[in-house]
Amino acid sequence: MALEDKQEKAVRHAFGNVLSFFVLLLIGVFAFSIRLFSVIKYESVIHEFDPYFNYRVTQYLTKNGVYDFWNWFDDRTWYPLGRVIGGTIYPGLTLTAGTIWWILNFFNIPLSVETVCVFTAPIFSAFSSWAAYLLTKEVKGVGAGLTAAAVLAMVPSYISRSVAGSYDNEAVAIFALIFTFYLYVKTLNTGSLFYATLNALAYFYMVCSWGGYTFIINLIPMHVFLCIITGRYSSRLYIAYAPLVVLGTLLAALVPVVGFNAVMTSEHFASFLVFIILHVVAFAYYLKGILTPKMFKVAVTLVVSVGMIVCVAVLAILIAVVASSPTKGWSGRSLSLLDPTYASKYIPIIASVSEHQPPTWPSYFMDINVLAFLVPAGIIACFFPLSDASSFAVLYIVTSVYFSGVMVRLMLVLAPAACIMSGIALSEAFDVFARSIKLQFPIAKQTDDASAEDSSQVSTNNGVKPASEKTEDTLKERPSRKSKKKEKEKEKSKSTSVTKQIKKKLLILPFEASLVAIVLLVLLGSFYVVHSVWAAAEAYSAPSIVLTSRSHDGLHVFDDFREAYSWLSHNTDVDDKVASWWDYGYQTTAMANRTVIVDNNTWNNTHIATVGTAMSSPEKAAWDIFNSLDVKYVLVVFGGLVGYPSDDINKFLWMVRIGGGVFPHIREPDYLRDGQYRIDSQATPTMLNCLMYKLSYYRFVETDGKGFDRVRHTEIGKKYFKLTHFEEVFTTHHWMVRIYKLKPAKNRIRGKTKKFKSKTSTGRSNQKRSTRATRKNPYP
Amino acid sequence: MGRSTTAKDAEALVHSLRSAYSATPTNLKIIDFYIAFAVVTALIQVVYMAIVGSFPFNSFLSGVLSCVGTAVLAVCLRIQVNKENKEFKDLPPERAFADFVLCNLVLHLVIINFLG
Repeated sequence: MALEDKQEKAVRHAFGNVLSFFVLLLIGVFAFSIRLFSVIKYESVIHEFDPYFNYRVTQYLTKNGVYDFWNWFDDRTWYPLGRVIGGTIYPGLTLTAGTIWWILNFFNIPLSVETVCVFTAPIFSAFSSWAAYLLTKEVKGVGAGLTAAAVLAMVPSYISRSVAGSYDNEAVAIFALIFTFYLYVKTLNTGSLFYATLNALAYFYMVCSWGGYTFIINLIPMHVFLCIITGRYSSRLYIAYAPLVVLGTLLAALVPVVGFNAVMTSEHFASFLVFIILHVVAFAYYLKGILTPKMFKVAVTLVVSVGMIVCVAVLAILIAVVASSPTKGWSGRSLSLLDPTYASKYIPIIASVSEHQPPTWPSYFMDINVLAFLVPAGIIACFFPLSDASSFAVLYIVTSVYFSGVMVRLMLVLAPAACIMSGIALSEAFDVFARSIKLQFPIAKQTDDASAEDSSQVSTNNGVKPASEKTEDTLKERPSRKSKKKEKEKEKSKSTSVTKQIKKKLLILPFEASLVAIVLLVLLGSFYVVHSVWAAAEAYSAPSIVLTSRSHDGLHVFDDFREAYSWLSHNTDVDDKVASWWDYGYQTTAMANRTVIVDNNTWNNTHIATVGTAMSSPEKAAWDIFNSLDVKYVLVVFGGLVGYPSDDINKFLWMVRIGGGVFPHIREPDYLRDGQYRIDSQATPTMLNCLMYKLSYYRFVETDGKGFDRVRHTEIGKKYFKLTHFEEVFTTHHWMVRIYKLKPAKNRIRGKTKKFKSKTSTGRSNQKRSTRATRKNPYP
Repeated sequence: MGRSTTAKDAEALVHSLRSAYSATPTNLKIIDFYIAFAVVTALIQVVYMAIVGSFPFNSFLSGVLSCVGTAVLAVCLRIQVNKENKEFKDLPPERAFADFVLCNLVLHLVIINFLG
């Protein structure tokens, strides 16, 4: 009997394992496929701005090898400063894609670098779902793991940053994040040093991939500290944390972009502080283990008195060191996370990026949809029972909710936490309902004798039931208490299940209620799936380098950006410098292969302010600035003809603000009429004369005779004007990108003519003039 | 008066500590000695840096962190090998030692790379 039971259990286990394996495989395939909408609707192209830089770096890596890549100094950007690529990027993404390309080519599968780059993100999203399965399995169990993986595969927030073509750091970093957390929780649960090593290596991969690694190195110490102060210290905690700190700091210092920041910036201090605290606590526990209680008390009093003095001294030194730096040791980006108003006051560049704005409430519903109200249920489910792993999950969700409220971009960090929590919630709910149905199904089965023991258990169950049913209400959608039929509860089938129930203090809900609840939960899931697929297809698959619009006469495709870049690459010299606003820097270097002045890296505020000042100044002053930077071509983006709202005129106020932050003669109020930003006839003369206005609206009146700007919905102020220092060389088909060339400097020869007469004609006077002319260098 | 009681307490404490510690098995004492050696080496390096200056900072960091790292790993080994520790009673000590060696290998690989 027992053997058959065991065999049955073994078969069921094996079946369960095979089923979970196939479900996971399907989840991976689904995660990959849902991100392919942009490839189907548009083409296999790299999106946005930042991915173009990563693509260019990957091209360089695959062409020149690792050593040249590691030591690369890029002189085609931030002219004339250049940029040390090897030391200022997070190499994880490019190295990953480069490795994949290299392996594929090693097996003679000739995929181009662009294809590998485009499809890296979907592949890693499949890996992320599997990592989420592993993590949630450690926290709650296999069922919760599968649900969390399925939910993560389609959460719109993650899709938005990992569609096919979005070749950015987050594509790989989210996988590294979840995997590091999984290994941490696994080490915490098993206490194995092997997993601790793997954890440190996964953390290294995360540091290589994304600047958000500081989230890990602050969350894990927070969790360790929480465990210590809630009395959950154990030796497994020590093994999970201490090797991670030492190995992790070393590995983080290995990455050039982090370098010594790993030990010197405030972002890492929390880990060291908790490291010290952990050692103190571990030592205290060790002493408690080997001393008698009386002696331990003596030791404590002695140590406390001496230790206090030492602690205060050390703390004073530390505070002095930290307070001496103006930002208290934090970097600008981290400070803007902790204090949401910091960036708008001090660093306008960080404040101007649209991804850094706080999210609105609808964006929560758009990005994590149904999960938003499954998360609280998951948090409560984590408390029954509370383990180290589930306390970690709760801490993760709470901190990520705070940070997602600071910046829209960090909704991405919230997504895995929300998926884990909702996976737990859904799985627990299904558990309860399915068990209720299963145990009430064979209604009139055996156990007349069992019912005797049942009745006593049932009474205790009933006592527990009202209290726990209240918590169940938070899990269920609609509690139908009216159909409570108490007779059904008495007819339980097996005594083993009864004892299990007593152990877990769980309840059996009425049969119809559970059935309806399961149907409703499945409906909830289907709403979520429909919304996710819609979001992936419509909202997040736009490559933003190609725009489309539907009108009554069909689909219009606006491919102006690529048209402009290819014009640049075919009609200009290789060494010509192109100036534009920093948004387009990466795309220009990657697609047009020309040197730019500023790009999306925005590390040098003064340089960007110089370009901003040039765009805000009148023509002559702008020409002077651009000429001093050896600029040959100026590129502006203009959406007035077609109604493209993200053009340079709309961004112009940011140029003024950033330029004015460094060059005080640019004042924002000069460009506003009564505090309003206008470009029509009521605009200020400073606005109407600035370079950006002129380059955007030059000859615009020729399009419709009135110069009606479709984005600002007015006619422009100054319609007929000529350019004195620039000449237009190219305007794309829909006037979206306009390229101008700097006119060469006028000859500064005073007096007679612009042309030199021959030397014999005026003799001495000409000689005099020529010497005067040569002394004054006409081309500064 | 207070002084003598605290002095007596301290004496009693040291005595009980010594007696309790001598009861630990020899293999654990060896690990403890190794830990003490690593910590002392780290302290010597810090004192040296205070005297000489921290110029190749990466070398200093890798030196100190290698000592601290081996100390930490040895503590982990001690935790796992200690027979009084209920949580690790099914862990064979050979497995614990193998994990220790592996983690040390990774640590020293990183150290050598970072040493410059």
